[in-house]
Amino acid sequence: MALVNIKIEGIPYQVESGLTILEAAKACGYEIPTLCAFNHGECNRGSCRVCLVEATGARGLVAACVYPVNEGMEITISSPKATAARRASVELLLSNHNKNCQQCDKNGKCELLHVAQITGARENMYIGSKTPTYYDDLTPTIVRDTSKCILCGRCVERCKNAHGMGVLGFENRGFNTIVAPAENRSFINSPCIMCGQCINVCPTGALMEKSEIDRVDAAMAAGKYVVVQTAPAVRAALGEEFGMKIGTPVTGKMVAALRRLGFKKVFDTDFAADLTIMEEATELLNRIKTGGVLPMITSCSPGWVNYAEYYYGDQVDHLSSCKSPHEMFGAILKTYYANKIGVKPEDMFVVSIMPCSCKKFEKERPEMEEKGGLRDVDAVLTTRELGRLIKRSGINFAKLPDEDYDTDIVHDYTGAGVIFGVTGGVMEAALRTAYFVLTGKEREGVVFNEVRGFENIREAEFELNGAKIKVAVTSGMKGAKVLLDQIREGTSPYTFIEVMGCPGGCINGGGQPYVREVFLPNEDADIMDTYRQKRANALYTEDERQAIRQSHNNPQLKALYDEFLGEPNSHLAHELLHTSYNKNRVRFD
Amino acid sequence: MAHLNEAATEQIKAICDRYKDEKTPLMMILSDIQREYGYIPLEVQEVVSDKTGISVAEIYGVVTFYSFFSLVPNGKYVIGCCLGTACYVKGAQQVIDKFSEILGIKAGETTSDGLFTIDALRCIGACALAPAVTINGKIYPRVTVKDVEKIVAEYKSKEAEA
Repeated sequence: MALVNIKIEGIPYQVESGLTILEAAKACGYEIPTLCAFNHGECNRGSCRVCLVEATGARGLVAACVYPVNEGMEITISSPKATAARRASVELLLSNHNKNCQQCDKNGKCELLHVAQITGARENMYIGSKTPTYYDDLTPTIVRDTSKCILCGRCVERCKNAHGMGVLGFENRGFNTIVAPAENRSFINSPCIMCGQCINVCPTGALMEKSEIDRVDAAMAAGKYVVVQTAPAVRAALGEEFGMKIGTPVTGKMVAALRRLGFKKVFDTDFAADLTIMEEATELLNRIKTGGVLPMITSCSPGWVNYAEYYYGDQVDHLSSCKSPHEMFGAILKTYYANKIGVKPEDMFVVSIMPCSCKKFEKERPEMEEKGGLRDVDAVLTTRELGRLIKRSGINFAKLPDEDYDTDIVHDYTGAGVIFGVTGGVMEAALRTAYFVLTGKEREGVVFNEVRGFENIREAEFELNGAKIKVAVTSGMKGAKVLLDQIREGTSPYTFIEVMGCPGGCINGGGQPYVREVFLPNEDADIMDTYRQKRANALYTEDERQAIRQSHNNPQLKALYDEFLGEPNSHLAHELLHTSYNKNRVRFD
Repeated sequence: MAHLNEAATEQIKAICDRYKDEKTPLMMILSDIQREYGYIPLEVQEVVSDKTGISVAEIYGVVTFYSFFSLVPNGKYVIGCCLGTACYVKGAQQVIDKFSEILGIKAGETTSDGLFTIDALRCIGACALAPAVTINGKIYPRVTVKDVEKIVAEYKSKEAEA
């Protein structure tokens, strides 16, 4: 790589040519404030003007995030002219912002507030026209508030990068410009899959999850029997809400915190992940045996299910009919478990702590209703909301002891259940069990390395009992589109496909703690590239520590089948644990 | 939302095909649709999106960015009032206001009988004729507030005869 000589603040440096001023300055140890530039140029519009610096050879001030360095360039970040310009840029952004920071759940992680502080922005410096406010809270998942939007475009880019065709775009012009689905529609009547990736990248509170903390409060106040379950990926990230390093597993502290928050029972969704594997592996083997629709595709990710219904309604028969694990768990809790402990199902209130924003939508689907109009799951909180709930309750998370999940009826979980939280995990868990069911013996070495990793589409071939099966794993709808187009054209070589909605799987879900370099001074410099792997490692480590690592060996699961469900895919199992899909979902209704 | 019937869908697809070898075909496709059909509603944008792989949100953004594109059908007669600098200092604002007053619609709107649309234009390059008004391509030079009534009457009587 060719090098160029530059000077920053009068000090000479050699940097790679082709870098932007922002990247070059970072490599030399400077932090130029910035908003719209994000994640190595994933978003790079030069639109916010917060990174203005002086550079020789340029006319006037330049946006460091888009202006490339060249030989002999002298860059000044701290001149009065540059600092005043950056401050003015932020003041202008603030002049079109509603500034109700106290009520904003992004507070503490808001990048606009951060640059306002470091640039010294003053209050009400510019008073004038404002963009009209549009507030969309019609979905159970995402709230969009244009009065907080700074038009940086990060959400637009993330939506496009993760899923191919994006749902969000810029509309109108001048002061009327907003970021919205086409026609400024609500997310609910546009083809938004509600994955929540836009929330994860929004620097302000313009895009947020719809909080359900109030629902949980109300259920507790009403004296309901409130139980909680936690998804695998939550334990790998919740610590970040309390300043712990990314990838710190906090399973024990999380359980302790939930108990102190007043939940009657604290369960692990991993048990239901094992249940899902039993149902899904059985379904797959039946489809193979009876010549059913293949390839079969996993259905744990509600974002992915939304996508399939919106864009591939003609192919939804390929989806496994299994509900997602937390919905299965809800159904078991309100039937088998409620009966065992003598609680009326209508008095039970099931809360799911999820790394996902779309689970909020999923739990409201008409298919997730039980007898008597009860819901499988009554409220879904994201990892972030759980963080807020714990802080609100005056619990010092770091000082909590490690406690275990409740173990009376449905606790035991296996390593296979834990890895559900990362892309490739459902596939790996299913393969562990499928291998046993088909061959009658355990595979030597439980790890299927071929399906691990973060490449867009990973494929592998296995020999199970003499038959070769080819599988594929993807996360994010860009890869899903490729695999589904193959199916539509009849050229898909696969038997089983795992799809997760968010790139990297649930560990990078739309409900996980925000990963913002600027708020993570103690993390490695490459944290934006490595945080998913670090969270995944936390799960793989927990898998390794489990004594039992295959779903079919879960002893309490065996009891559940013996006492209640009968066998996988039984009539009762179908009634409680399986679902159906909408072939005719309209994208713009 | 309504969807296009098959024949209309094929027509829009055919327009997209004209530019299938272009690297950035969107503006050309939209221009052709605007010229040939007079407007580009969302159901049409959805067909263009399916055909080009560009998201509906992005297409909608382009349509709402450029004032040349319209989301709703224009009237039979589009009254384009130039509000460029030269026309503006010569009183173009009063002229467009008078059109609004007589027709009972704001700039960008269409009368309920579908006859007239008022369009506020930036400079149309006819500064020597300021203030200039164009109606379906015909230019009216040096329009005064007094002229406005006559111009509207001219088109209304034309319609009455037809």
